[in-house]
Amino acid sequence: MNFPDNLKYTKDHEWILIEGDTGTVGITDYAQGELGDIVFVELPENGKVLGQGDSFGSIEAVKAVSDLYAPVSGSIIDSNKNLEKEAEVVNKDPYGNGWMIKLKMTKTEELSSLLDADSYRALVGQ
Amino acid sequence: MTLKHTAFHPIHSRLDAKLIPFAGYEMPVQYAGIIEEHRRVRQTVGLFDVSHMGEVEVRGADALDFVQRITVNDASRLTPGKIQYSAMCYDDAGIVDDLLVYRFEDSFLLVVNASNIEKDLAWMRSHLSGNVTLTDKSDATSLLAVQGPKSLDTLRKLSDADLTSLEYYTFLQGKIVGVPMTISRTGYTGELGFEMYFSSDPSTGTKVWDAIMEAGKEYSISPAGLGARDTLRLEMGFCLYGNDIDKTTNPLEAGLHWLTKLGKAQFCGRDALIRVKETGLKRKLVGFMFENKAFPRQGYTIWCNGNQSGVVTSGTFSPSLEKGIGMGYVPIEFSQPGSVIHVSIRNKQIPATVVKLPFLKK
Repeated sequence: MNFPDNLKYTKDHEWILIEGDTGTVGITDYAQGELGDIVFVELPENGKVLGQGDSFGSIEAVKAVSDLYAPVSGSIIDSNKNLEKEAEVVNKDPYGNGWMIKLKMTKTEELSSLLDADSYRALVGQ
Repeated sequence: MTLKHTAFHPIHSRLDAKLIPFAGYEMPVQYAGIIEEHRRVRQTVGLFDVSHMGEVEVRGADALDFVQRITVNDASRLTPGKIQYSAMCYDDAGIVDDLLVYRFEDSFLLVVNASNIEKDLAWMRSHLSGNVTLTDKSDATSLLAVQGPKSLDTLRKLSDADLTSLEYYTFLQGKIVGVPMTISRTGYTGELGFEMYFSSDPSTGTKVWDAIMEAGKEYSISPAGLGARDTLRLEMGFCLYGNDIDKTTNPLEAGLHWLTKLGKAQFCGRDALIRVKETGLKRKLVGFMFENKAFPRQGYTIWCNGNQSGVVTSGTFSPSLEKGIGMGYVPIEFSQPGSVIHVSIRNKQIPATVVKLPFLKK
């Protein structure tokens, strides 16, 4: 199982890639494996303002639905429209084409509360 | 509580199946993935370990009387080699369990839900009378289901038994790779399929499993888990005990009137069922479908005309239809196909259309 070192992680199994004040968010390889076949991802409109830990959407697998949570505060500047048609990309490429939203971060100090790859790996027992 | 293992547990582990606790067993929910396993069964053939199911043998001079008294279908119509889908009801018409009744020459085999084995046995014992012996064969029995359009071609390679002429809901005693077993043309998927009952000895199980996987290779056979079993049965509108039927529901409102033979002699629940029929049904179990990307889940509330009228009893993404499908009880006036109901999904009321079952028309 893959946990890239350049990402930060949440206990709710999201990852965030930091580039300047923009964060790209998705779910981890571990999370997609636990969910199984993903069939639909509901994502927010651009401009939506989120606090850290707020739900920004949901992810439907064959047998279960899960909330998606913002790793840090910010406003939505983009979402992955391709997932509307091909949600299974999240299973195949969770850290790449399976990305979900891009956030303009408003409280970068929140990044220190996130996990690094080793801590996340330990959390999920891998 | 320690989870029980079926004879195939080492195989599931070797295949890296995702294992979950189910009815006291550790069972495979999926191997490669639910959708892939589901499609394999619809298109060619899949192999399921369903050894967690319960098997109770009924013997004795009064075995038929006993089965007649505890089940709602008419077991007197069964001749040796035939099978019947049936249900057991409490005196108030609530369902104890749904089951298959196998008629042997001198005995019956009742195949019950894994989660109900203890409860069913206790209830059956409380209704014993006359010369009847009940034997719980559950732990001694392995049960494999081979399901899909290529199931017959797969099994035919491994057996001299005349599987080709075995009719739906009949069984025979035969051998697969030399292992004696009961083979029935039954299943929970809506496809051509067979279920095989044999010794729970692990090496016997491995021999049968490996032979089936080898014989099915040319059809790309895949092991299939409980996840696919659930999506396959739900596409057919088959009830699952604990979801769609339980002690608070009766067979008439659950759409199981076709197996409830009120005309036969006294049986458990008959008086209450006759009253239900005379009073008229107030609610009915229906199937419903969403047009947009919405997926019902067990427990979501169902709304009719602005009133909460029930909950989703089963719901899933349908891999065949690529839509959200579900079942639940609705007031009788909303039970006709075409009726529009609403399901509360994550605080939004999403319209769904009641459809005739099965969801998947074949």
